[in-house]
Amino acid sequence: MQNESVVLRVENVVKHLGGQRILDEVSLTVKKGRLKVLIGPSGAGKSTLLQCINFLLPPDEGKVFLDGREINGKSKKDLLWLRQRVGMIFQDFNLFDHLTAMENVRVALIKVKKMDKRTATHRAMEELARVGLADKPGLYPAQLSGGQKQRVSVARALAMDPAVMLLDEPTSALDPELIGEVLAVIRDLADAGMTMIMATHQIGFSSSLADEFLFMEKGRIIERGAPSELLARGSCSRTMAFCAKLSELSGEMGG
Amino acid sequence: MWTGAFGAVACLTPFTEKPRPCDAAPGKHMDGMLKALTASWEALPYILGGIWWTLGLIIGAMAVGLAFGVPLAVGQVYGRRPVRRLVSLYVWLFRGVPILVQLYLFYFGILAYLSRIPALSFLHLDSAFAAAVLVLGLTSAAYQSQIFRGAIQSLPEGQLKAARALGMTDATAITAIILPQALRLSIPAWSNEYSILLKDSALAFVIGVLEIMSRTRSVAATTHQPLPLSILAGLIFFALTWAGLKALKTLEGKVRMEGYSHQGSL
Repeated sequence: MQNESVVLRVENVVKHLGGQRILDEVSLTVKKGRLKVLIGPSGAGKSTLLQCINFLLPPDEGKVFLDGREINGKSKKDLLWLRQRVGMIFQDFNLFDHLTAMENVRVALIKVKKMDKRTATHRAMEELARVGLADKPGLYPAQLSGGQKQRVSVARALAMDPAVMLLDEPTSALDPELIGEVLAVIRDLADAGMTMIMATHQIGFSSSLADEFLFMEKGRIIERGAPSELLARGSCSRTMAFCAKLSELSGEMGG
Repeated sequence: MWTGAFGAVACLTPFTEKPRPCDAAPGKHMDGMLKALTASWEALPYILGGIWWTLGLIIGAMAVGLAFGVPLAVGQVYGRRPVRRLVSLYVWLFRGVPILVQLYLFYFGILAYLSRIPALSFLHLDSAFAAAVLVLGLTSAAYQSQIFRGAIQSLPEGQLKAARALGMTDATAITAIILPQALRLSIPAWSNEYSILLKDSALAFVIGVLEIMSRTRSVAATTHQPLPLSILAGLIFFALTWAGLKALKTLEGKVRMEGYSHQGSL
């Protein structure tokens, strides 16, 4: 485990929004092929942390390293370099409404990677097939179910060959019966060795895949550890209490 | 150049102006009223010939309005503070000064001066047509910019975020993601701008553009029949409005985002 390479490192990131300290010196390191899971109550800063990593929200303080290179938030070149290598999945998908599923996956290949149209189309179809949507390339976002939209957005991120993927509560906006298909895609990614950081409330699902749980509250990571270890600490643990409440509400929780 | 192009178009049409053969209507006993009505009727092709000038004015003005309106809107939404200020100033200026006043200011002032610059001579800025297209277009740009601004701001914030997250520059995100959606959403409001421009274009007669209204007036001055001629001019403008709005409605349907419903009709 020591000799695996570090893909992403975040050091003491601080972020204020609306006069409030949303992130309070958060640090984390992700090694290649690992999945880190951010859990914690809403408003804890999970989403802000993910958006600070690719500078959609520039951090006020702290450092972000990708593949050992420190990102200078003032340099446009650095930001574009970083963002091309960091895939992001949003809670509400954010597919481009005027483009079909295939065009959504293809647009950045053409506009950012400057691929020619044929190669880009071919690549987009491959990625759609990977998320099980090879039969729906011509449908517009408004014609897709929530689960299908989220899978298109995963394909869109994968097409860019990201070094790491950030998933911001990818199933929170989905109907319960659609969550499964998105989780299956995420499981495939994890099995294929994709490096990921995911904010989620799907404790049961992610505890089988995650290499570490990071429990956030009030802008800080207050507990961290392997899922089994963290969940085994007993009910005095803040994480355990939170998970117990989640499972109480949803009526399901398991390893 | 402007004048030449549209003059040529006018000559090719069946509505070409002919000498008005008032004297050809004979009859010693024909009463003056009937004679005047006949003269008005015979002037019809001449008045209809104004349609081409009117269409030239509004197509030109909508193009100028679009070309200036889109960057103004983008500047107002995404620009830094001085840019936003400048856009606001522009919008206030052109919304605040009557088109009639602007026509005089541009035709006799700004453009008369600019047309003396040799490098700009090919634009024929001293022509009344160019002045009218510019005034109508720049004014329309002020209004159009507010249509586009509203459409841009109505898009979910996530669209820009997702584009940035994919590594797009802001310029690419705006041209490839934001504007294609915003412009589609703008078409219904933009259609309204067409009918406003069509009617404002009638003001161009004051600087001598030979559009429908100026031809109607000149015929009325010789036949002394302002009422039937005004009804005729009104009908022509109405028909142009109707046809243009139908065409824009068709365009709206053609470029509509699938499944993204916008109900409503004219």
